[in-house]
Amino acid sequence: MAKKLMKGCEAIGEAAIKAGCKLFFGYPITPQNEIPEYMAHRLPQVGGTFVQAESEVAASNMIYGAAGSGERVFTSSSSPGISLMQEGISYIAGSELPVVIVNIMRAGPGLGGILPSQSDYFQATKGGGHGDYRLLVLAPWSVQEAADLVQDAFDLADYYRNPVMVLGDGLIGQMMEPVEFRAERTPCKPLSPKAWAATGCNGDRPTNIINSLFLDPEVLERHNQKLKAKYDLMVRDEVRCAAYGTDRPYEVLIVAYGTVARVCSTALDDLREDGVGAALFRPITLFPFPYAELRAAAETARAVLVVELSTGQMIEDVRLALEGSRPIHFLGRQGGMLISPEAVAERVNAICAGLRAEVRHG
Amino acid sequence: MQNDLIIAGFGGQGVLLIGKMLAYAGMADGKEVSWLPSYGPEMRGGTCNCTVVIADRPVGSPVVERPWVAMVMNLPSLEKYEEMVKPGGLLLVNTSLINREVRRTDVRVVKVPANEIANRLGNPRAANMVALGAYLGATRAVSLAAVEGLVRETFAGKAKVIDSNLAALQEGYALGEREAADGKVVPQEVGA
Repeated sequence: MAKKLMKGCEAIGEAAIKAGCKLFFGYPITPQNEIPEYMAHRLPQVGGTFVQAESEVAASNMIYGAAGSGERVFTSSSSPGISLMQEGISYIAGSELPVVIVNIMRAGPGLGGILPSQSDYFQATKGGGHGDYRLLVLAPWSVQEAADLVQDAFDLADYYRNPVMVLGDGLIGQMMEPVEFRAERTPCKPLSPKAWAATGCNGDRPTNIINSLFLDPEVLERHNQKLKAKYDLMVRDEVRCAAYGTDRPYEVLIVAYGTVARVCSTALDDLREDGVGAALFRPITLFPFPYAELRAAAETARAVLVVELSTGQMIEDVRLALEGSRPIHFLGRQGGMLISPEAVAERVNAICAGLRAEVRHG
Repeated sequence: MQNDLIIAGFGGQGVLLIGKMLAYAGMADGKEVSWLPSYGPEMRGGTCNCTVVIADRPVGSPVVERPWVAMVMNLPSLEKYEEMVKPGGLLLVNTSLINREVRRTDVRVVKVPANEIANRLGNPRAANMVALGAYLGATRAVSLAAVEGLVRETFAGKAKVIDSNLAALQEGYALGEREAADGKVVPQEVGA
């Protein structure tokens, strides 16, 4: 199919339609309103249903119920709205239901502001709701990748019977870039019929029960361990990441995800022109986090720079990956302020100067 | 290298629209493009801007702090972006609404009385097209024909609007070309 210039939010909506999504429940919030707007327009055309819920709390319980039917179910929101959804998301994870949730992050805490941020990393990757559960979290860096990952998210949700979150920031939602949708798409995982779905059976088969309440502690522990085994499979099979400039020697390894990694890639080009050795590592799955891959990429670097639109959240996973083997620096902006390629390059140059000073004094 | 520009003005002047047209035209010309709007809590009459990147290879940062080109449609935008343009870059100034000189001496300046020209052509709302035309004439960032096609598409069914917008675009283009011929602006080849 031909390339089309689309806003990130619209591309995400179309990707959901292309993936066979039939049901959307949500509540408006900037900067992702174009997603529900798009779904409200498109879903009736494909025999689906769009519902504007009375709140995000209601929306998350609607996706919970709808996912039980086995249809492909989708919601989107932005940071404060995603917070309101956490109870429902915990129930969905506990009940092992597939849903896709898009969070177009804005700056917090509280109502915060409406401009881009990456301050929901902890919430997305470490369990935003209560209980011992994980979301599979995908972080696109372009409009095209957002469209691709949303389609994959539906397959991964079905395959693992687990909520999958696509974590973007306001930039991804609002910017326009060319997007291409494949005419024929093969699911990224082998999918089987949803024999667990509560579709009504007239007594033809044993009743399917969808539930997250297990009052017997032995039964609940077995359930917890079953969930853990599923998350272990994700860790083994679903890690996605990318590296740039690692084919040449580098002193500093930059680690960033989402659109911030795009900013860093331009900084990388400028640094290379100036003869500074730097490379970029980009996690695409935030859970599972590419610990081993990052550790390998950092092996030939002398220092690591983590760049985030937060006061430092992903940096904790970078520390876990590197286990103190490399000095880790941090560059962050908050409140909806953006990081420029120049600021990244300046910081890398400062780190390199520090490394050379160390050598002189050492 | 990325060919990037920031277009800034009042909400309602059509700065987002001409930015989108550039992105569409760039894509039609086979380039990689990105269009990033400001999306703060804004209203008609408030300030508004967008960043457009046109490149020969995948666009890196869609966020540009130091653009090669700033097209400023009102005084607050000149105040904000004058210092940010890269040395050797281009400031395209709507002199109809900006009554001060550019202070920088290390950038090229193209003065466009965009509102006056649009008024003369009978469509005061086409000032943005005059400025877009001047940018194209001065830089050849994308082809005039591609943008003309987009004007016809955007205003399909409104023959009068199409004609006045095309006239505005072409008059701006001629002005930009003249400025470039005078040596004030060096045409920028994408990827140069």
